This record gives sequence, C-alpha cells and structure tokens, in this order.
Amino acid sequence: MQPTPSTGRAPGDLPIARGPLSRHVLDLLSGDPDVDGPLVDLDVSSDDPLADDDLQVALWTLYELHFRGFTGIDPGWEWSPRLLHVRRQLERVLLAHLLNAVAPEVDAAMAASGDLASRFFELCETYPGPSLSSVVGRQADRAQVLDFLAHRSVYQLKEADPHTFVVPRLDAVTKATLVEIQFDEYGAGRPDRVHQHLYARTMAAAGLDDAYAAYVDDVPAQTLALSTVVSMLGLHQRWRGAAVGHLAAVEATSSLPCRLYAAGVRRVGLPDEVATFFDEHVEADAVHEQLAVRDVCGSLVRAHPELERDVLLGAALCLHTEVRFAEMLLAAWADGSTAPTGRAERVPA
Amino acid sequence: MSAIPQALGADVRTQACPGGPLLVRGAEQVVALDGSVHDVLRPVVALCRCACSSRAPWCDGAHKMLPPARRPGAEDVR
Ligand code: FES
Ligand SMILES: [Fe+2]
Ligand SMILES: [Fe+2]
Repeated sequence: MQPTPSTGRAPGDLPIARGPLSRHVLDLLSGDPDVDGPLVDLDVSSDDPLADDDLQVALWTLYELHFRGFTGIDPGWEWSPRLLHVRRQLERVLLAHLLNAVAPEVDAAMAASGDLASRFFELCETYPGPSLSSVVGRQADRAQVLDFLAHRSVYQLKEADPHTFVVPRLDAVTKATLVEIQFDEYGAGRPDRVHQHLYARTMAAAGLDDAYAAYVDDVPAQTLALSTVVSMLGLHQRWRGAAVGHLAAVEATSSLPCRLYAAGVRRVGLPDEVATFFDEHVEADAVHEQLAVRDVCGSLVRAHPELERDVLLGAALCLHTEVRFAEMLLAAWADGSTAPTGRAERVPA
Repeated sequence: MSAIPQALGADVRTQACPGGPLLVRGAEQVVALDGSVHDVLRPVVALCRCACSSRAPWCDGAHKMLPPARRPGAEDVR
C-alpha cells in the first residue's frame, strides 16, 4: 500500500452517502432551506449506532453544517427544522445506546470514595479496553502507523473546536480556566502552533492528505463517532457538563499515549516532523489534564453539584468511543487490512 | 518532598496538584534541577515534582506510573 498525498476529496465536498439516512440528508441539502417541506420520520433503528456507517455519515454531515459547512450548500440549512428533525431522531438513537453502554462505569465512578479529581483520574486510568498506543508505539508496521494517522485526522483536524461550543454556557470561573486550555490548543497566540495545524503538518510530512476531512469517505463509523459524539455534547446546552467531562478525559488520556505514538512514528522511520504533534501533546496535556480535571470540572461541580454525573458521563463517553475506535482498528489490522488508505469504498449508496 | 524546578518571573502564581506536578502561571523562565534554564512558552506550565519526567523540568504525566503513595505531594490532598 502506498500512502496517497490526495484522497481526491476537496475540503467542503459533501461526503458520499452510505445508506438511506445519509442519502436522505444529502438529498435535502441539494434543495433550498427556505422552501418549507415535511418533517420526515425515518427508520433510524440501529443495532449498534457506533458501528453504523450510514447513521454516522448522516450525523457527521448534519454537525458539519455547524462547523465549516459545505461548498455550494446553502448555509441556511444549519437551522432548518427539516434537518434538525432528522438530527434529533439520529441523536436519540445514538444517545440511548451510549447512555446504556457506559452506565456501569459512570455509576461506579459516582459511588467511589475520594474527591472528584481522584475519581475522575481513576476512571480514566482504569477504563477497560485495549491499548492502541502500546500497539502503535511498540509493534505496528509503517502502513499501520500511516493508517492510524489518517483515521485520527478526521477528528484531529478539528481538535478543540467541538469543546469550544460549551464556553458561553459556563460560569465565569469555569470558563476562565477552560479558555486557558483552549488558548493553548489554538496556539497561544502563534498560528503555526495551533494544534489542528500541527496535525496537518503531521499528515503532510507523512505523505498523507492534510486537507480538512480528507479521509471522511474512507473511514468507518467508529472513526466518525470520535467526531460526532463530542459534537453532540458541544452543541447541546443540556449536555454542558458532559462536554466539559469529555474535554477533561481527552486531556487526561493524552500525555502517556502521545509519548508512545511519537515513539511509534520514529520507530517505523517516518520523518521527525510527523511526531511534532505528539511531542507537543506529551507536554501540553500534562498541563491541560490538571487544569481540566481540577479547575474546569472541579469549579463546575462545586457550583452545580447536580452536574457531577454528567461530567463523569462525558468522560466515559470519550473513553468508550476511543475503545470502540481502538477495537475496530486493531481488528482491521489483525485481518491484514490497513484502512482507510487500503479500504476506500467510494461507491455511492 | 524532593527538590523541584524553580520558576522565575515578576508575578509567579503556583498551584500544587496532589499526586502530580506544580502548576505555574506568570513565569518567564524555569530553572531545572540540573541548572539549565528554560523559557516558558505557554500560559500555564506544569513542573515535574516526581523526578520521573522524560521532559524535565516539565511534567509529562509519568507520575501516573508511580504507585499512589509514592506520587509527589500525596499529602496535599484537598
Ligand atoms: S510530576 Fe508529572 S511527571 Fe513528574
Ligand atoms: Fe491539543
Ligand atoms: Fe490538550
């Protein structure tokens, strides 16, 4: 397998539909949001929404209207009742599945003894699942490391953005610390240090397509879910506690894994510049995790004790979606596949 | 507690994290235990207190590999 410097997908292109749900969304987007139309009830039932390509492509597309939008698509669709009606149906299915999947871990973290910070770190350190970073750090081959980089690009090229939606929903003390973290994520005043941009440099130095969402048509549902789940939390005021918990869990599970990712990149002989993003996160997230867990989550729960469960829930949702992603990728590698660069399915549904 | 790196600056504010690093705001430079001087490039930095970091004077999360009782400042539990 040769890495592709371009997937042929331009930033702003709509994704390719993978079933009736994503087809329905794309069909609507081809029309005019100012023309009234029916609110359509869809068959959104799904055995496993985190593994459902059609559902995840549909949701990713709907959320993307709130981020960068699409070339040639009327931005008025962002607040179209017809699309929001579809989004709500998809979110209900996804949420029901997620709440059920993480309930045991959240209940245990609520019941454990100790202050919130120690229970939060404990949840992150003991969450059951495979260690993708150990595999990438110690044994993955070059094609697998490139594959890992391409998968992660779908989220990493918008890193920090979904969490930023939560800022206006927080009290002064909580938002002050959250913005301290986000300022660092956005380069602390230096555009060339914006973490999204560091990831684009990682992609380019690895010979992969560095364009925003370049691999969105090539990755499976579990990879898209790394973006859709946090977008759902960030876009709902109702889930502000979970959005904050999700952010803190991202930070609290980053420093040690990023050291392994950087080691894996160097071990397979990729240029040093590919590792820059991971090197930066070893150091930055050792700061961010303390700020996020102790000050952001801590101040939120001190002022709003009723949000404690949501904070732990958001952490568990982050950890759970990462576990599902790791299981999917390790299973693909065990099968000898290096998706997405070897498993592009560019077939319209 | 063992020695920790020193933060230099006009308005240095610190916050000890139980079991982990010392958070420092407002520092301009940090002097590591070996005497080397490091410029501060981010709004908040975390100084290693466990002597296990591979990126000293900065914390790199390695304190989490220590058993809880041997982590730094386990006594400053709030
Ligand atoms: S205090 Fe974190 S690595 Fe030493
Ligand atoms: Fe980051
Ligand atoms: Fe971070």
